[in-house]
Amino acid sequence: MTALETKPQAKPRGTVGSHIGEPQSRPWIYVVLGIGLVLVITPFVWMALGSVKSEGELRANPPTWWPQNPTLDNFRELFTRLDFPQFFTNSVVVAVVVTLGNLVFCSMLGYAFAKLDFWGKAWLFRLVLATLMIPGMVTLVPLFVQISNLGMVNTYFGLILPFLAGPFGVFLMRQFIQGIPDELIDAGRVDGAGEFRIFARVVMPLCKPALATLGILTFLGSWNNFLWPLVVSSTEDMYTLPVALALYSVGQNSTQYGLLLAGSMVVVIPILILFFALQKHVVQGLATTGLKS
Amino acid sequence: MSTTLTSGSGVQAPGAADQAAPRVRRSSPLRRRRSIAAWGMAAPFVVLFLVFTAWPVVSSLFMSVTDIKSKDLQNPFAVNFVGLENFTTVLADPTFRKAATNTLYFVVVGVPLTMVVALAIAVALNTGITKLSGFFRIGYYMPVVTSIVAVAVVWRFLLRPENGLINEVLSWVGITGPDWLGSTTWAMPSLIAMAVWRSLGTLVVIFLAGLQSVPKALHEAAALDGATAWQRLRRITIPTIRPTMLFAGVITGIGFLQFFEEPFVMTQGGPLNSTLSVAYLVYNTFGFGNYGVAAAMSYVLFAAVVVLTIIQFKVFGERDDATGQKKRWFRRQGGAV
Repeated sequence: MTALETKPQAKPRGTVGSHIGEPQSRPWIYVVLGIGLVLVITPFVWMALGSVKSEGELRANPPTWWPQNPTLDNFRELFTRLDFPQFFTNSVVVAVVVTLGNLVFCSMLGYAFAKLDFWGKAWLFRLVLATLMIPGMVTLVPLFVQISNLGMVNTYFGLILPFLAGPFGVFLMRQFIQGIPDELIDAGRVDGAGEFRIFARVVMPLCKPALATLGILTFLGSWNNFLWPLVVSSTEDMYTLPVALALYSVGQNSTQYGLLLAGSMVVVIPILILFFALQKHVVQGLATTGLKS
Repeated sequence: MSTTLTSGSGVQAPGAADQAAPRVRRSSPLRRRRSIAAWGMAAPFVVLFLVFTAWPVVSSLFMSVTDIKSKDLQNPFAVNFVGLENFTTVLADPTFRKAATNTLYFVVVGVPLTMVVALAIAVALNTGITKLSGFFRIGYYMPVVTSIVAVAVVWRFLLRPENGLINEVLSWVGITGPDWLGSTTWAMPSLIAMAVWRSLGTLVVIFLAGLQSVPKALHEAAALDGATAWQRLRRITIPTIRPTMLFAGVITGIGFLQFFEEPFVMTQGGPLNSTLSVAYLVYNTFGFGNYGVAAAMSYVLFAAVVVLTIIQFKVFGERDDATGQKKRWFRRQGGAV
């Protein structure tokens, strides 16, 4: 904050142009933002470099920055001695199914909210709205009891079903579908198409940007989800990546630094790749729906 | 496409589901057919919602007034009604009080800190940076999309006392850093630092969106009158984006109230419960099989979230005509932020 206020004062007052919208006149902003950026990404760089260091090098004091003898042993151990292929598969299966479920179910209800007039719409909407505020902790215990009554503890069903359709997606899709002109939908009706047909053939193709946003955000949320998978999975073969990593990091592997850093890489890298590829949708989705939710 | 998404330009109160004007007369056969079609579309969501959200919420309320334990899952008839006993037990429990104090500490220090840093970055990104703006935004956003568990593992190593990166850097300037996570004084600030680092990106994006609503002409006029950048930030920018700031504060607050992964991975709530959060205690209590007590505890947490949410709704409701009474209310609230 201090940096923001100091420099402009040094300039002659009243010269509007120098204050607004002229990047070349304020290199200090780049410097400040650059330092901030270095601080923000240092942990990632350190994780990446550390994951290819040997155990001995990670314990060295003072610490080394650049790996002396880069090695992939940590990753090799993750994927052979530990069951990371299984955790990875679990994470992918859960995230993909949850994402597909949200894409389909949320846009269906979103369409109904945005374009159809039906009995009970107002209270259903309020109900969905209310659940946006309920923290996961509140439903944790009874949800576990529910899942255990259904015999789904430690199964993919238990991991997936509670997240298959979330209120967030409904709002996102409703918001977007409201922007689609009624004429297009009416044209479909005049042609004699039923609501499902209109939804599938007219509305969904127009929703691609919103679906991309919802898809990536849901995938991120599912991939990083920790509390529920931790509670509902009881044997290693059902662990997702964050659960496995967290339990290793506090369990018997807690001092195997290289292994844990390599594990973090396996959790983080796929999501960062996805984020870099689709970052426009992520940031946009958050900025818009975040403000409206 | 982005224009369609952002056309609401900023904060918009939710509600008004009935915007799609009823173009069909009431109770006509066509209307009925469409009503059925609509419910058909709502059905998958509604079923999942009833089974995995609505019912658990209702039953957690029942659980919180019973002595249900994990062993009662096989024998539901052994459960007794205990009234508000769980709540009185929880509120009188020193461990819970410790956890509540820690959570409050985390929220009260962490939220304003995140907001100040994020606002500084957003303002910097918004004033005159065109070339690398997207690049910076992606960089600051990176921690948001990554798993808290993974970054907590990494931060645990950064914070190690002997050869952690942070103490190493401190030693360059002659400071001997403490055993961050092993100290009752420093463990919580360390977790807060990580939470700020992780949550920055979200708020930067939200603030950047909010800053678009600040009229450029006002800035230009004020600059002509000799107002400094700091004065313009205080008198123009912040008052204009106050609703955005309050909103950002509320969502960050709700998130921070439930912090769990950080102590789970980094400190296991220690040392001496100094980083035990309410959410972590709920998880532990649940783990010990005291379902009734855990449910009661989670409702106390819920109450805190509701209070924050009520504030949010008040703010949204009063956004459009912030005159007189309401304006003063705004100023008071804004002052706290």
